[in-house]
Amino acid sequence: MANHATAPVSPHLQIWRWTVTMAASIFQRATGVAQYAGAILLTIWLASAAMSEQAFNTVQSLFASPLGMIVLVGYSWSICFHLINGVRFLFWDAGYGFKIKTANLTGWLAFGGSIVLTAIIWAIVLVTGGGN
Amino acid sequence: MVELTLPKSSKVKKGKTWPKPEGAKSLREYRIYRWSPDDEENPQVDTYYVDTDDCGPMILDALLWIKNNIDPTLTLRRSCREGICGSCAMNIDGGNTLACTKGMDEVGKGAIAVYPLPHQPVVKDLVTDLTNFYEQHAAIQPFLQASENPETEHLQAPEDREKLDGLYECILCASCSTSCPSYWWNGSKEDGKNEYLGPAALLQAYRWLVDSRDDERNRRLDFLEDNFSLYRCHTIMNCAQVCPKGLNPAEAIAGIKRMMVERSR
Repeated sequence: MANHATAPVSPHLQIWRWTVTMAASIFQRATGVAQYAGAILLTIWLASAAMSEQAFNTVQSLFASPLGMIVLVGYSWSICFHLINGVRFLFWDAGYGFKIKTANLTGWLAFGGSIVLTAIIWAIVLVTGGGN
Repeated sequence: MVELTLPKSSKVKKGKTWPKPEGAKSLREYRIYRWSPDDEENPQVDTYYVDTDDCGPMILDALLWIKNNIDPTLTLRRSCREGICGSCAMNIDGGNTLACTKGMDEVGKGAIAVYPLPHQPVVKDLVTDLTNFYEQHAAIQPFLQASENPETEHLQAPEDREKLDGLYECILCASCSTSCPSYWWNGSKEDGKNEYLGPAALLQAYRWLVDSRDDERNRRLDFLEDNFSLYRCHTIMNCAQVCPKGLNPAEAIAGIKRMMVERSR
């Protein structure tokens, strides 16, 4: 029938107008993956403490560098988002929160709430000097 | 497999701009996906101008106006023009819906983008091949199955009948399934195995699972209990966001997941 060997695939992500529920879903996956990377950072920190004071101080100064701080803020945000958005999943699993309005609202709350929670955590860290 | 970009032969090129209708006072711009199997060209997006004073209010009216007045080769499916046949489902302004029930005034200002249903093989222009979609619907056995032949009709209490509301109204337009990223990546596999059935088929699966007259609940659940058929739903909710009938496949799928848990207790 067709001269073409195969029919083209119609555009998908390229043309899709994003919804907040869709964004929250992909961020749930991404922040879940980020937990693996974050867990490695925690392990490095703990392992260095077990090795020697010098190793620990090196890791500490690395984490306290501007780039290290950015990574740590990102990691703590990913925990906060995964936590709050995870609560949405618990409600969904129980059968609640499926109305579009509700799902959109809780999606925005997960994004907004995770940013606020991260800001609070870091405010405490910076004010108390991280316990030092 | 997750493929975020389109294969080379599917990439959309810039198309032609058709002349504006003469003497028209009020114009609306349309950018429409075109692809024909009759040549070797890639898909392209053509620009048309619709005289809104001479045209009905719906997107479908505009598409037919283009077909009648500018370009008769523009190809699309349509039938009832009142949102019950599901033929004219397509991607309008970045979301799937029925062209016949979507008003031009609902699509903001500026150019209106019209594409076929996403991530499906294109037959021509706005027409996609939904064979796989229909096969998935058939696979969930969308009909009443009783263990014995009853002597009389199957009776159903009004409260049991109410459980089917919000389920039976599905018109199988495929807006939901083709809105779902999980269905894009897992809905169709070359070997036909490990496929996610998608929101439409699962909504119908649930419609028969909760039907008090059906005796095959366990067997229906067995059919869905694998890694892909049901559990590739990650509650992305695009299905419910786009359903032109206002149904909620995500909620129905969650209902099936709970049935799985309850019967394993």
